[in-house]
Amino acid sequence: MSETFVVTEHLNGEFQDITFEMLGKAKSLGGNVTAVVFGSMKDKASELGAADAVISVGGSDDYNPEEYAAALKSLLNEKNPDLVLVGSTSMGMDIATPVGTALDIPVIAYCQAIEASDGGYTCTSQLYGGKMDVESKVSSPAIVMVSSGAFDGESGRVSGSPSVEDFSAEYGAGKVRFKALLSPEAADVDITQSNILVAIGRGIGSKDDVEVAEELAKALKADVAGTRPLIDAGWLPKSRQVGKSGLKVKPKVYIALGISGAPEHIEGMKDSSTIIAINTDKNAPIFDIAHYGMTEDLFDVVEDLMDEL
Amino acid sequence: MKVIVPLKLVPDLVEDLEVDGSGKALDKEDLKFKLNEFDDHALEEAIQLKENNGAEVVAIAIDGEGVDKLLFTALAKGADKSIKITGADPKDSHQLAKIFAEALKNEGFDLVLTGVQSVDDRDGQLGPILATYLEVPVVSVVSGLAVSGNVITLHKEYSGGFMAEYEVDSPAVLGIQAARQTPRYTPVSKIRQIQETATIESVDAGDAGVGSGSEVSKMAPPAKGKGAKMLGSAEELLAVLKEVGAL
Ligand SMILES: Cc1cc2nc3c(=O)[nH]c(=O)nc-3n(C[C@H](O)[C@H](O)[C@H](O)COP(=O)(O)OP(=O)(O)OC[C@H]3O[C@@H](n4cnc5c(N)ncnc54)[C@H](O)[C@@H]3O)c2cc1C
Repeated sequence: MSETFVVTEHLNGEFQDITFEMLGKAKSLGGNVTAVVFGSMKDKASELGAADAVISVGGSDDYNPEEYAAALKSLLNEKNPDLVLVGSTSMGMDIATPVGTALDIPVIAYCQAIEASDGGYTCTSQLYGGKMDVESKVSSPAIVMVSSGAFDGESGRVSGSPSVEDFSAEYGAGKVRFKALLSPEAADVDITQSNILVAIGRGIGSKDDVEVAEELAKALKADVAGTRPLIDAGWLPKSRQVGKSGLKVKPKVYIALGISGAPEHIEGMKDSSTIIAINTDKNAPIFDIAHYGMTEDLFDVVEDLMDEL
Repeated sequence: MKVIVPLKLVPDLVEDLEVDGSGKALDKEDLKFKLNEFDDHALEEAIQLKENNGAEVVAIAIDGEGVDKLLFTALAKGADKSIKITGADPKDSHQLAKIFAEALKNEGFDLVLTGVQSVDDRDGQLGPILATYLEVPVVSVVSGLAVSGNVITLHKEYSGGFMAEYEVDSPAVLGIQAARQTPRYTPVSKIRQIQETATIESVDAGDAGVGSGSEVSKMAPPAKGKGAKMLGSAEELLAVLKEVGAL
């Protein structure tokens, strides 16, 4: 029987969504499912009912890249599971490839689909900013980095009483030290509560033109949000960032102006009730998830729309 | 402090991407390449370290079309030295990392700043693999760092706007998400000027290793779902906005 390990992820003492998404997927692949937990998270093993077993490698409660990678490496070295699921997340990035590379286990990143195939797995990764699906065949053992939101978390979110085992792991040399968890800065507007969002991307072109979106937002009683590059450039505050390292939003209407639809952005807005995308590139991945689209210059569209309003 | 920045050219996503006859790779014919945008942030952060704390910045890349221009641009931006690794054709991130690791063992370093990810790193991000070969610690998704002696204090980003602060002993590899300021732009005239006065060092590639242990079996644009209903005019858009309750 195949053995799948799910490397759980937690923040502030709570298992993150990705944990349940991976558990659900692991279960659907069949075989035995083991959840690997860190710190004192074994105290919450009952939330991991989708797993047959829980292995606690201990360590600190606060995520530490060096320590968690060393612990996982010592565990996999001894247990040799067929498949290891790790999040394609900030935490997963630090640990999946170091462990795979050190133990000579292949790693596939950004996976959206995983199927068992003879003697191994077939995985589909979303690459090139969401413009290509790339399928890889890999024999077991393998480490697969699972994209957030790729799998439904509900089937993995079941309570139960999996067996709990303690594993005495290695923790590394202490060259990386956790200092503090920093909470998001206070926001003037909470975009997770907005009914309508006018979201802008690099297509807006310049800081001065952010005003164009602000005016449209005012006319629609909407709030303005944006993609990461705009926040990095200081054109919008961090509290307006939608996506992987920003906020997850589900407004009634999400109007995407000049946004390409990179996987890291889509992760944060794909559950919006209605998505309207305006982008000059007809192949922009945003159109794959939008309900309505226009392949026109955003400035022309906004100007025409303002005339109509 | 000696800071190394590995640079990589990736397909420019503004262009249409096509799959070649093998069905497993991009058609290189009409591809345009540009610097991985996160590598640009890594380079900017390295130059910021140089300007604010004093550091030696070395840009390094694998030889190929457009790489000389890339490395001269790095010098024009403020790198102290550019190295081109010749005679290599890495097929994945693992081989790329192995080639960089071999070169860096000779070059020496205190800090390696890589772009956090690239659009084609199917077998994992460069930074963590490189760190493993170099046997030094790694932290990914870093924005903002400060150096004091051999200790680096940095911010690592999580989702939902959360961040954590860590201390890391150098030597180390950091996967940079965003530099402390937007990567600087260099006018072509300045790059031309550098091209006439500066030189790029060349080193032979070492062993590339066996790679990631997995193969691409198929590449294709994402299957279109229902797809968006395309609208032709502002009036149509207005009607949709009314229908969905935005007006
Ligand atoms: C670890 C990590 C976390 C990340 N987290 C996030 C995140 O939380 N949120 C996020 O957004 N990104 C995030 N990113 C970045 C992400 O990968 C993309 O780089 C980013 O989403 C691209 O933003 P964009 O769509 O604005 O820019 P681009 O990809 O440059 O797209 C601009 C688009 O505008 C169109 N355009 C240009 N001019 C016009 C015009 N006049 N009219 C209409 N259309 C026009 C172009 O066709 C293009 O499609 C993250 C990346 C990493 C590595």
